[in-house]
Amino acid sequence: MKYSANSVWENRDEIDVVVVGAGHAGCEAALASARLGLKTIVFTVSVDSIALMPCNPNIGGSSKGHLVREVDALGGEMGKVIDQTFIQSKMLNKSKGPAVHSLRAQADKANYTRTMRKVLENQENLEIKQAEITDILVKDGKVTGVQTYSGAIYRCKAVVLCTGTYLKARCIYGEISNETGPNGLQAANYLTDSLKSLGIEMYRFKTGTPARIDKRSIDFSKMEEQFGDERVVPFSFTTNPEDVQIEQASCWLTYTNETTHEIIRANLDRSPLFSGMIEGTGPRYCPSIEDKVVKFADKNKHQVFIEPEGLDTNEMYIGGMSSSLPEDVQYAMYRSVAGLENAKIVRNAYAIEYDCIDARQLYPTLEFKKIEGLYSGGQFNGSSGYEEAAAQGLVAGINAALKISGRDQIVIDRSEGYIGVLIDDLVTKESHEPYRMMTSRAEYRLLLRQDNADQRLTKIGHDIGLISDERYQYLLDKQEIILSEIERLEQTNIGANQEVQDVLKQYDSTPLNSGTTLAELIRRPELSYEVLAPIDKNREIMHKCACKCTNYVDNSEKTVDKLCQEVIEQVNINIKYDGYIRRQQKQVEQFKKLETKRIPDNIDYNIIKSLRIEAVQKLNQYRPISIGQASRISGVSPADISVLLVYMEQYGK
Amino acid sequence: MRKDTIAAIATAMTNSGIGIVRMSGEESLEIIQKIYKGKKEKDFVNIDTHTIHYGYILDGDETIDEVLVMIMKGPHSFTGENTVEINCHGGVYVVKRILETVIKYGARPAEPGEFTKRAFLNGKMDLSQAEAVIDIISSKNEYALKSSVSQLKGNVQRKIKEIREEILYHTAFIETALDDPEHISVDGYGEKLHTVVDNLLEELDKLLKSSDNGRIIKEGIKTVIVGKPNAGKSSLLNVLVGEDRAIVTDIAGTTRDVLEESIQLHGISLNIMDTAGIRDTEDIVEKIGVDKAKVYANEADLVIYVVDASKELDENDFEIMEMIRDKKAVILLNKSDLTTVITKDMVQSHIDKPILSISAKEERGIRELEETLKDMFFHGEISFNDEVYITNIRHKTALQDAYDSLQKVIMSIENDMPEDFYSIDLLDAYESLGSITGETIGEDLVNEIFSKFCMGK
Repeated sequence: MKYSANSVWENRDEIDVVVVGAGHAGCEAALASARLGLKTIVFTVSVDSIALMPCNPNIGGSSKGHLVREVDALGGEMGKVIDQTFIQSKMLNKSKGPAVHSLRAQADKANYTRTMRKVLENQENLEIKQAEITDILVKDGKVTGVQTYSGAIYRCKAVVLCTGTYLKARCIYGEISNETGPNGLQAANYLTDSLKSLGIEMYRFKTGTPARIDKRSIDFSKMEEQFGDERVVPFSFTTNPEDVQIEQASCWLTYTNETTHEIIRANLDRSPLFSGMIEGTGPRYCPSIEDKVVKFADKNKHQVFIEPEGLDTNEMYIGGMSSSLPEDVQYAMYRSVAGLENAKIVRNAYAIEYDCIDARQLYPTLEFKKIEGLYSGGQFNGSSGYEEAAAQGLVAGINAALKISGRDQIVIDRSEGYIGVLIDDLVTKESHEPYRMMTSRAEYRLLLRQDNADQRLTKIGHDIGLISDERYQYLLDKQEIILSEIERLEQTNIGANQEVQDVLKQYDSTPLNSGTTLAELIRRPELSYEVLAPIDKNREIMHKCACKCTNYVDNSEKTVDKLCQEVIEQVNINIKYDGYIRRQQKQVEQFKKLETKRIPDNIDYNIIKSLRIEAVQKLNQYRPISIGQASRISGVSPADISVLLVYMEQYGK
Repeated sequence: MRKDTIAAIATAMTNSGIGIVRMSGEESLEIIQKIYKGKKEKDFVNIDTHTIHYGYILDGDETIDEVLVMIMKGPHSFTGENTVEINCHGGVYVVKRILETVIKYGARPAEPGEFTKRAFLNGKMDLSQAEAVIDIISSKNEYALKSSVSQLKGNVQRKIKEIREEILYHTAFIETALDDPEHISVDGYGEKLHTVVDNLLEELDKLLKSSDNGRIIKEGIKTVIVGKPNAGKSSLLNVLVGEDRAIVTDIAGTTRDVLEESIQLHGISLNIMDTAGIRDTEDIVEKIGVDKAKVYANEADLVIYVVDASKELDENDFEIMEMIRDKKAVILLNKSDLTTVITKDMVQSHIDKPILSISAKEERGIRELEETLKDMFFHGEISFNDEVYITNIRHKTALQDAYDSLQKVIMSIENDMPEDFYSIDLLDAYESLGSITGETIGEDLVNEIFSKFCMGK
């Protein structure tokens, strides 16, 4: 059979969901959709760049670690892959409260990419295709398919855009500017115009990455060695903790100095950021070294972390020194740092500019308000970071699949997860820079801990169909044990007898004057569930565990069963911080009331008398789905919310 | 929506015979139980609805007033919720004290129009009334927003802003360290923060004490004295605040270029502002003063326009008349001790306002001025809105909330809680204080983090 050269070729395979881009958002979106039984195809400009980590070689970090655990609790993949491919791991903020404990792992980049790619390649219902998507096909406000650079058309029911930093990407350092995506990969230069023609508003953001330096050219004796944790905690709730106790690689710490800063200052005029060559808005939380030197002129040194990019490569990532200065200045600047005097640069530092959207054009489901069936996630939505991307990709993929299946889509709210905070902020608040997750953005962070992500989200994952019955049952059992154990501790009275006083004395704890409960003792900062074992005679509740937790005294956690460790952690946290947790739970109740007040789709704000003009404009522009979301739009006052409530009451009748 | 218990003064804040403080919400019966003392012990939670109880309102050991308490249980009340009305003796002080007491025992000050809003949302009003309800909410809010900040004294506002900035700075530091623990350490910060918070507590304590003396907001009729330079405005002010009249507050320490005094006339309090003389001027400093005078006059509840009767009217006078045409105003023809060239009729032909002849220098005609003002007040021509009082109580509640939150910070530090717990209460304090100055948190914290501290990466 001969095919005509002139006609557009149309793929006749039945496709439900098209995912554009196979970065961290695209991978989660594609996997979720395929796992929910939908025929899914993921397009990438390069199959070799699936789940690429073009910037820092880490997964996790403060609040980002929370996101990874939440992604895992919902049935996502990131946590599992990093557990298999990390080369160093740390629990950050360990000496702080449980809300800000956060896992951060160094990844073997190549291994991470390979491992994720393998998962995608072996996923049933999922097809991988190397092609650049240039057009989104829309009919009557509904997505109908996509078209590739070669003109081929793929019909589908939903599209998830996860184009990351590839749209009209431009990499810049000094006077050099390349129209490429990260790592010199091909940019996607046509999709922006297609989106604009669909009425989608685009922003131009900027970010950057430091140089990579050959390990053999670094003098590590001038740096401080940084080790991973002795006992590693896995990201995924499904990973056996014993499997992640591996030999870890080291990172190194060094500092910039006045000479470095002098070099930078003397060459600022050659920086594209200051010369105006870069127009995109850069992130404040991830400043280039030239930004830091200018903005914090009083600091005479900045930390520089030297991190391996993997086990099979000599490339080292120079954390803290991203830059877009010209090549010669980069050499001088890096070589002024202690230990980098003879540095050989493998890849230059560069800034990258790319097109993304104002995410307020999206519903909290991550579907475009204007175009039915079109979803988006990741850096394309104006966020930054692998973890933020994965979280959105997962939600976008899930919702695209749920929508096609005729099921209710999910919205995780601000009281349920960092994912909720992330997406709500993106779709509600104006942002002029790539958005990064921070624990301070979560108002209920004491409830949104990384340790209880499973308790918060795994039920949702199970309802959707991404979490197995077995895994869900494990969670239910665990929760039951936690609750009954807390109850028992609250009700077990402890007398002021000698045995008790001896234990207290051992931990420098004030002796008892009269009887109290075990729970009260656990609340003392110097005591814990573990150390009270000798005076807690009835720990049989732990009978479900394989280990003998009743005899559990010291901190050698290695002897303790996984379930048991998890239970002990939860019991300690819930008892110790009971007062604060209750306070936040009360706030959440208030929050939920507004959140569940849905605003009808067809509401006409123009006819509501007494709404202030600014409020009408903002409400019309962003069409919030709930009173709660409306209340977070800047320019909408509490009085406007009252007016809306009264109006809706009248309207609803 | 919110099921907490709200309270407000239901009667006008004038010298009426009785005043009513109203509470609505689930806890109102429990609250009255705690502060009511009658001849017999009463169990308000189980008492019959629509009953009246004679007794006293107590704040701890202190008896505040002899009252009648009306109990109306939901749904058979205006709001549809449990409602308690406390009828007490009129007079600003007593009514305020009772409102403060119910707030102290668990109610919160109602938002503007909130009783009506609750009545509506609880289905106690006809749906056709929705628009009226919306109007009430939005108009009252507009007023409250305006009064909330504008009633705040300049120095108090400044102080609160300073305290907020300090709180934000330290919160941002803690949060930066939590967010980027490898670059910034917050270890041992508690000790430092303890000293800072101790100082802030002291500042807040001062503000709270001064709020008891009514010094935190400018209660009273906002009165502005305007006139051309040398018309005798300052002399008039001096006479009005003279020794035989009570000076309620002096505003020493404020740096505003408009002099302000508060005086009492027959139980009416006036906040009087003396302004720069109004005339066309090229002098920049003077121009600023004149412009300000115009702004104040525009915002005033009452304008006293002083005319130098010994000089002819000129275009500056006509400009002032235009400015005050729609305002409540009294016109004083000053310097009656000198040879006057301006008569009441001459002014009357340009503007229809009460006109009096006085001599500030010889203190003549002042009595008549007082009488005129009193008449205008009691005939309702000029009044101050009860929102002002409510505003004061809201401010005080917010100050107290901030104080309590900061004390929790101290407790967390002393109990060796991890540093991230400090920011919870620090931010609560920040938010409470923001409700006084009309500012919300928004992106403040994130902005502060990025602008003050160098994040790594």
